[in-house]
Amino acid sequence: MHEALFYIFAFLTLLFGFLVVANPLSHNPVTSAMFLVLCIVSLAGLFVLLHAYFLAAVQILVYAGAVMVLFLFVIMLLDLKTEERRRLKGLAAKILFVVGLGAVSAIALAFFKSLSTSGLRSQPESGLDGTTFDLAKLLFTSYLLPFEIVSVLLLVAMVGVILLSKRDLK
Amino acid sequence: MKITLEHYLVVSVLLFALGLFGVIVRRNLLIIYMSLELMLNAANLALVAFSRFGTNLDGQVFVFFVITVAAAEVAVGLALIVALYRKRQTAHVEDLVLLKR
Repeated sequence: MHEALFYIFAFLTLLFGFLVVANPLSHNPVTSAMFLVLCIVSLAGLFVLLHAYFLAAVQILVYAGAVMVLFLFVIMLLDLKTEERRRLKGLAAKILFVVGLGAVSAIALAFFKSLSTSGLRSQPESGLDGTTFDLAKLLFTSYLLPFEIVSVLLLVAMVGVILLSKRDLK
Repeated sequence: MKITLEHYLVVSVLLFALGLFGVIVRRNLLIIYMSLELMLNAANLALVAFSRFGTNLDGQVFVFFVITVAAAEVAVGLALIVALYRKRQTAHVEDLVLLKR
């Protein structure tokens, strides 16, 4: 059951992620935003499979809710036309493609080799669930200072956004 | 077959690669921004997976902070894009060459 759900959610996440960046049918930014919502929702499904229940809820509320509404609002506000794709041409592009692919696979190889000696188990720890209770206990004890700093950061971002969207800066 | 840490990491790597591809290939500022969000989400997935297969919940707390910072970053970034659009009437990266001249 767990395996089947993992493969379903992983496939959906990657499919919707691909449709965000390279939709063959539509070049419209609104379509990309809608597929990003679906991608985030299926990622929340993966979070539930990893027993991160609180983060799955936050992911849907903050990302699929607040952030995507902001994105759609700006897209509608700017009334963007569909774009032309960038095409890489010539020998240089082929060389760059091969070098990039080689570099990525070298890093991936080194990473998965070092994973076996890292002390991380291949089986999950039982009883280690990311429930609201457990995460809140951590957030308000050992991570209290970062938590407060993040709240100040949100305030700063809010003030900055209001200042940026004023028409005439004094 | 049992689902191990590697399965989740492979999904995370692929999602990150998709985001990076989008940042490089697309020319619309907003879609570049969405690809950045995709990359952040890939990192979040890796962190949650590490936390699940590790011994404590610190990874999930870190993801909580990443989501908060990402929300703030999106707000500021979109305000910048709107301000830019108001001045230049464009959201395509190839029209924004002020520093090149």
